[in-house]
Parts: sequence; C-alpha cells; structure tokens
Amino acid sequence: MDRLKLATVWLGGCSGCHMSFLDLDEWLIDLAAVADVVFTPVMDVKEYPAGVDAVLVEGAVANEDNLEMILKVRERSKVLIAFGDCAVTGNVTALRNPLGSALPVLERGYLELADDTPQIPNEPGIIPRLLDRVVPLHKVVDVDVYMPGCPPPADRIRRVLEQVLAGQPPHLEGADLKFGSGR
Amino acid sequence: MSAVTLTINDRLVTAAAGETVLAAARAAGIDVPTLCYVDGLSAHGGCRLCLVEVGAGGRLQPACFMPVAEGMVVRTDTDRLAEYRRMIVELLFAEGNHVCSVCVANGNCELQDAAAATGMDHERFEYTYPKRAVDASHDRFGIDHNRCVLCTRCVRACDELEGAHTWDVAGRGAGAKVVTDLNQPWGESPTCTSCGKCFMACPTGAIFRKGSTVAETDHGRDRLQFLVAAREKKQWIV
Repeated sequence: MDRLKLATVWLGGCSGCHMSFLDLDEWLIDLAAVADVVFTPVMDVKEYPAGVDAVLVEGAVANEDNLEMILKVRERSKVLIAFGDCAVTGNVTALRNPLGSALPVLERGYLELADDTPQIPNEPGIIPRLLDRVVPLHKVVDVDVYMPGCPPPADRIRRVLEQVLAGQPPHLEGADLKFGSGR
Repeated sequence: MSAVTLTINDRLVTAAAGETVLAAARAAGIDVPTLCYVDGLSAHGGCRLCLVEVGAGGRLQPACFMPVAEGMVVRTDTDRLAEYRRMIVELLFAEGNHVCSVCVANGNCELQDAAAATGMDHERFEYTYPKRAVDASHDRFGIDHNRCVLCTRCVRACDELEGAHTWDVAGRGAGAKVVTDLNQPWGESPTCTSCGKCFMACPTGAIFRKGSTVAETDHGRDRLQFLVAAREKKQWIV
C-alpha cells in the first residue's frame, strides 16, 4: 500500500485537539513509518495539497477564512474527520451564538469590555470577518467521521487513524463518543 | 397482589399487577434507558427515553407509565427505538445550550452519558441557541437554565421528598422553565430549605453547588435513594 497522505487542519478551535494528537507520543513514530503528514499547522506548508487520503479537522467554522478553507479541504480530501467537539458541535467556539450575530459579539468584546482604546478591529484582507453564526463542519460540508471530545483523548485518535490505515470506514461507539473532557 | 406474566424481548417475565413495564423490565435485568425517571419519585413521562414497543403493531409507550398486563408483548431493543432514543437526545441538545466541555457537570451528567449511550456522534437538528438566564442569587446553589432539560426531577424531589415545593414549571413549550416559588430569585425564596435535594436530583449541570469545581462535583444521587428507602421502608441503609 502507498503511504497514507495525512493532513491536520486548525479552524475555529483552541489547538487543544492538536495537543492531544501530539499526546500520541511514541505511536507517532509508528505513524510516521506508514503515513506522510502533508499539511498541518505545525509545519510551514502554505497551500492545502490535492489528493489527501485523510484529514483531521479541528475547530468550528467561525469566520470567512474557516469557510474558504473547509470547502477546499473537502474538495481535496478523501476521508474528512471532524476532530473534536468544536468541529462536531461548535462547542466553545459557538458559545457566542446566543448573542445573535457577529456585531453584538464584537461590540461586547471590543467596546463594552475594553479597558483602553475601544475599537472593533477592521483590517480587510488581514483579519477575516466573523460569520454571524458559528457552525460545526457538517453544516457546511459532508463529514465522514465524527470524533467527539474536548479534546479527544489520544487513544481515541489512534483508534480512528488505525481504522483509516487499515482501509476501513472508521467507526466509534460507546465511551469513545463522549462529548466534553475526560472519558 | 396478583401476578401477571408478560413477554419482554422474547423473555417471559413475571411482575406484580399494577407495576410498570419499566419496573418489570429492570427487575428482570433488562435495561431501559431513562432520564426524567427517578426511583422513589412519581413518574413524569416527559423525556420519552424509556419508550418501548407494545403489542404486535409496536405501539410506542413510555415504560415508566405503562402498566403491565397479562400476555403483554414488549420490545425494548429494536432499531426503531434506538433511532428514536438518539433523536430524543439530539433534540434535547438542540433545544438548550449544552456545552459539555465547559460544564461543571462534565463527567457527572446523565445527558452526556445518554448521548454516548445512544450513539449520538453529532447533532442532526438545528441548534436553537436560546437566550436563557442564570440565577446565582442563592447562597449555596445556582441554576443555569441553559443546561436544563425540563425533566422536573428537581420539582418532584422538592415536593415529594422535602415537602417544600419551592420548584415548579412556568411557561409553555420551548418557553417553559423551572422557577422557584412565584418566579422570583432563588435566593429570596421563603420556602427553600437549602436542603440540596434539587441538586442531587438534577441529571445535568443545570442546578449546581456553588464553589464546586468540575472534579469536585458529585451530585450524590444515591443519597436520594437512601432517603426514599428510609421513608418508605424504614430502612436506614447507607
């Protein structure tokens, strides 16, 4: 079998899921023997490549950059794995949704709670605009596997990747479906 | 009391007349998931997680209310029930603002457990993101309505075990919420005895104990069972 082309993507999340990925410890060495990581925020790769076999997508879709990226990722990847609670449910990233839309969130954060020089950041082309509503991945693209957890524990990540490596459609059940932290 | 014989999942089960299908199934070691039901409190029939199929047509009935009958045929384990149970849990998640990762009941929550048990790996319904309040006016406890599933376990525990009836439900449909006394701040309630039974009864993090971290949160739900056994059977068994 060809080496697996693996990618990881970081959208609207805290990078905790990526920390948990690194928590795979020495299994990462085994993984490196059979897979190439072709795109990830911990490597300096600018463009998401075509022909990715499996991708772990952390974070919810919260701004225009996230939206553009997830559409590109879906188009260029075979197995798209919603990686962690933000990707699966919106989670902490979506805590702002009850405020209604993007503007009240920005007003709350940058004007009402500002200690100094209150202003809403506005740098077109540099700071992506917030979407009015934070959405989980499956509201925008087809998702092949849902991996809940905040973050998903390393052994849960390993179980999914082992199934991907074995060429099976990954499946999780029971305690592996637990939202939130811990097990 | 006369005995009746019914069939649950192809097994013959004997139960006392007047018992519910839920009690008969559990006595026979057959698991039926519940959320709003608590042993020792009156049944509520609100969550529908305990739905079972009754009779040849598979009519859906809540096991917590359905009385057993001679020759009754019950199934608790069909694919249809599994799908409905998962949908019920998804609807509960969509109706409130349930964020396990930042909830004080993370790891101690029956809704979180029900999601994993019913195979809910994601939410298929639209989240409603309701605007709900938090009442932290009580000295020892607080209520976060974002996490409330309206199971009314607090209402029943307060009324039936403590005898205070501080809690009740106000409003209708999606606008319904639990209230203390006449919908006034909990801290100003003249009837609340601060006993904490509502906290013990709460399946989620809606009613929480102030000053308890996630790791320290233990609802002590078994203490409700202790009180029920003490009251009804005069057995003071810890």
